[in-house]
Amino acid sequence: MSATTLPHDAAGHHGEHHPSGLMRWLTTTNHKDIGTMYMTFSMVMFFLGGLMILLVRAELFQPGLQFLKPEFFNQLIGNHALIMIFGALMPAATGFANWQIPLMIGAPDMALPRLNNWGFWLLPPAALMLTLPFVLELFGVGDGALATGWTFYAPLSVQGGIGVDFAIFAVHLLGISSIMGSINIIVTIFNMRAPGMTLMKMPLFVWGWLVTAFLLVITLPVLAGAVTMLLTDRHFGTHFFSAAGGGDPILFQHLFWFFGHPEVYILLLPVWGLVPHVLSTFSRKPIYGYKAQVYSFIAIGVLSLIVWAHHFFTAGLPVPALLYFMYSTMSISLPLAVLFFCWIATMWRGAMTFETPMLFAVGFIVLFGIAGLTGLVLADVAADAQYHHSYFVVAHFHFALFTGGIMGVMTGVYYWLPKWTGHMYSETLGKLHFWLTVISFNLAFMPQFFLGLAGMPRRIPDYALQFAEYNAISTVGAFILGFAQLLFAYNIWKCIKGGPSVSARVWEGTEGLEWQLPSPPPHHSWDVQPTVK
Amino acid sequence: MNSATVSGPARHRPLVLKLTALVAASFVFGFALVPFYDTLCRAVGFNGRTLKDALAAKDVGPVRVDLARQLTVQFSATLMPGLPWEIRPLEPTLDIHPGEIRTTRFLVRNTAHETITGQAVPSVSPSQAALSLRKLDCFCFRQQTLGPGESRELALTFIVNPDIDIKLREMTLAYAFFPAPTPSSPTGDQP
Repeated sequence: MSATTLPHDAAGHHGEHHPSGLMRWLTTTNHKDIGTMYMTFSMVMFFLGGLMILLVRAELFQPGLQFLKPEFFNQLIGNHALIMIFGALMPAATGFANWQIPLMIGAPDMALPRLNNWGFWLLPPAALMLTLPFVLELFGVGDGALATGWTFYAPLSVQGGIGVDFAIFAVHLLGISSIMGSINIIVTIFNMRAPGMTLMKMPLFVWGWLVTAFLLVITLPVLAGAVTMLLTDRHFGTHFFSAAGGGDPILFQHLFWFFGHPEVYILLLPVWGLVPHVLSTFSRKPIYGYKAQVYSFIAIGVLSLIVWAHHFFTAGLPVPALLYFMYSTMSISLPLAVLFFCWIATMWRGAMTFETPMLFAVGFIVLFGIAGLTGLVLADVAADAQYHHSYFVVAHFHFALFTGGIMGVMTGVYYWLPKWTGHMYSETLGKLHFWLTVISFNLAFMPQFFLGLAGMPRRIPDYALQFAEYNAISTVGAFILGFAQLLFAYNIWKCIKGGPSVSARVWEGTEGLEWQLPSPPPHHSWDVQPTVK
Repeated sequence: MNSATVSGPARHRPLVLKLTALVAASFVFGFALVPFYDTLCRAVGFNGRTLKDALAAKDVGPVRVDLARQLTVQFSATLMPGLPWEIRPLEPTLDIHPGEIRTTRFLVRNTAHETITGQAVPSVSPSQAALSLRKLDCFCFRQQTLGPGESRELALTFIVNPDIDIKLREMTLAYAFFPAPTPSSPTGDQP
């Protein structure tokens, strides 16, 4: 990043009236308050989704049916996914965007603060919609939550119970919230950058989010359309996906994955944007290959829109289509390899230290690399017939979304938390959290690759005896992984409450506008815009 | 630069409107994919879709029967949930020569005590055979209504075009029987 000047002491200006208590959070239009609410919501959903999957793993500890009825098992897996994707990961990324984008581009706040508030407050009702059928079933209303898996495949979802309807409306709300958030982010980035900050001087995190926001704006309406068609098929006599009426169930898969594949990059791009900052800080070197990374982000964003059918290679697509989707999918590994190269080159011969954010960033690179390599195997049409719908896929996308997504979020939280709170978190607890997370994650998911290769199918509450040992190991790993996250929550809580004060720069090697503001930053981030030379 | 020019919601409006238009366009695009996908499937036989309309015998013209080649056509029939019928092909397989006109029958019986209307939806695999299978007449062109306990033989007359891929020796014509979506308004427009 370029050198900057700070026109005046940015601290202060707390003179105006702020509502306090609950009203502060209900009515706030401040980007930091809204960012905090997004992060808090994300943390709550992270534990809720985690609790669901621990029930699933408990059931899978041994073959046979021990704790859960298959119907309930089916509800848990799909809701775990929806809650983790739409409830935990996307709001965490939006929380980062709210906190960081105005700080990093030298803006006083987001461009559309009221829209921002509304965008957040759609999330709790959506989460309620998704989980309410669990509770209603206890009172004898309906037959539980969405039980189709998170993908809503027709015709199963056309036949499902009220849980499907609740999930459809939840997806509508979540979609509207994300679209509003994305519009806000794009407008903020385009209209509110500090003078002198050209697009090619923007921090990589902001670039990652810009591509993400465009992907959301383009693909989420298609998902909204698909679930709307599902709703009218269920209740209003249309036949979009009903073969009897001339529709086609495979069409649903096309529509769903037209959104679903870019969604993977929607979850990952903000993380790919923040990791280089962390690598650069703790290697005490500038980011290597800034332009190459920006162009890779854009290339991956564009490619992600044209590869969707690799999620259903076995649905009976014609061979030319299979070949097209195989080669286009594999071509994504080229810009991704550029990113990996730049990340490693940023660390190369740097004066590296391994504070918690750096540990998470390096762990991210190693484990996310495994996700990328196993993804190449799945992209192979010939091989995919064996792997499809097996635990190999489950292991692959958890390597992608847990290490690529959630560990990336943890990287960012440890990196920026001292900036946000003005206090340093406990480095001891942070390192303990890292090692417990990485070891237990591999314990939980590495065996699933082998289970999948041996033929264990996804989404089934019971399995053959030959899979027993690896499933037991996986369950032990999952429980350690789940409980290790309590350390994360406790460390954040302690850091908010107090701890050693930090300087404006926080870390020795930081560069960028956000480190010129005091820690914590003032209520209005940049009353007077800085100038970037 | 002072804060008055930094904020000011009016200057965001053009960009917000453009992005909103992009969202609306994406939403419409999702719905536009429905007819596009349907057309694509029928044009190239994706997904085992057969041609939509029945061929009249005169349209087939004088087709050369390729006696040198023999193909096995398998028939299957599946009941979808909610249709209390029994159904089976009377001839599970037929050995045919490309170009000859053949007729086969399916037996259906309504096991319920009420009149029920059903609709058969065909699918051909492998999908590259879908375009070569031409139906002259098929029970799947219209809905079938069966009275309580009624049995009926449903006829299918078809021809396999001699231009079919030389490598193909077997093909399957599978029918899924669904409860008719709108019994009150039978249409001849089914796939």
